[in-house]
Amino acid sequence: MSVTSLPLAKSRRDVFFEGLHDGIPIALGYFVVSFTLGIAAKNAGLDPFQGFLASFFNNASAGEYAAFTVIASDAPYLEMALITLVANARYMLMSCVVSQKFEANTPLLHRVLVGFDITDEIFGITIARKGPLNPYYNYGAMAVALPGWSVGTALGIVAGNLLPPSVVSALSVALFGMFLWVIIPTARDNRIVGLLVLSSFLMSFACAHLPGLKELTAGTRTILLTLLLAGIGALFFPVKDLTDEKEEENHAA
Amino acid sequence: MQHDIYSYLFVMSAVTLAIRILPLTLIRRQIKNRFLRSFLYYVPYVTLAVMTFPAIMDATQVPLAGLLALFTGIALSWYGASLFKVSAACCLTVFLVELVC
Repeated sequence: MSVTSLPLAKSRRDVFFEGLHDGIPIALGYFVVSFTLGIAAKNAGLDPFQGFLASFFNNASAGEYAAFTVIASDAPYLEMALITLVANARYMLMSCVVSQKFEANTPLLHRVLVGFDITDEIFGITIARKGPLNPYYNYGAMAVALPGWSVGTALGIVAGNLLPPSVVSALSVALFGMFLWVIIPTARDNRIVGLLVLSSFLMSFACAHLPGLKELTAGTRTILLTLLLAGIGALFFPVKDLTDEKEEENHAA
Repeated sequence: MQHDIYSYLFVMSAVTLAIRILPLTLIRRQIKNRFLRSFLYYVPYVTLAVMTFPAIMDATQVPLAGLLALFTGIALSWYGASLFKVSAACCLTVFLVELVC
């Protein structure tokens, strides 16, 4: 991490280590999940270095998984851009929320570096901290979370084919477990989100099997259903009071 | 393979970084448009749900194992289990079901 020399060095170091401390459980969880992401990357034809790059610069389970399905199907670059945009759209919302936590005079470099690694979990611990955002806290968390995720992906690509098929099969659902962990608590507490999730399951299943619709690639299906269902949700059930707390309420990081 | 993997990586990384960094650097005030806010709020849930099912049944050797892992994951997340527990329980479900089937 680039640490520029400015005053207040003492507290900055402490805050960095606080972030490091809070980042360790996140990094461990990342390591396990990214290992299975590596298996998906390998199936898409990536080598360990490419997997490392993908994970280092994206650090996104759903986004990378979606992107690997694009690579696997040799789809156009435009589809890659669209699917990444859709699968990672939530980070745009989180980035907006985090922008509210910065002090107005925060230098651009800090905004860029903090933005580099806004994930569900790091967003959670960032928002959970009281007071204005201290970028060194995020740098501490990133210092363990980023290697955990990207090295885990590379190792998944290396070791994925050393494991017996039954173990690979079992590990390959870990990522879906992570997706469920993100969506289900909110679906339980928010009736509209619950209905949207249920509709998503049903329509996704229908699109995968109905004649005509099943020709669509998985990526296109995801884009179309997301625009349709989230659009319907926003049109007919606009969110009344979208506060920061809502995002991290469900998971104590 | 017509497309280059490094070009794919460049496109995905550029889009992801733009998504993460641009709002943080450009927006200094909160988004007011209610439709946009609501849309962004709903997007992750729909996207993740669409990507989970039925794909989870194709990821495993036995489709039934994937389906049961889905139910396991939903149940544990519903009762507030941690990320690690939810993921581990899904894996264990698949392993055990495929052992029997």
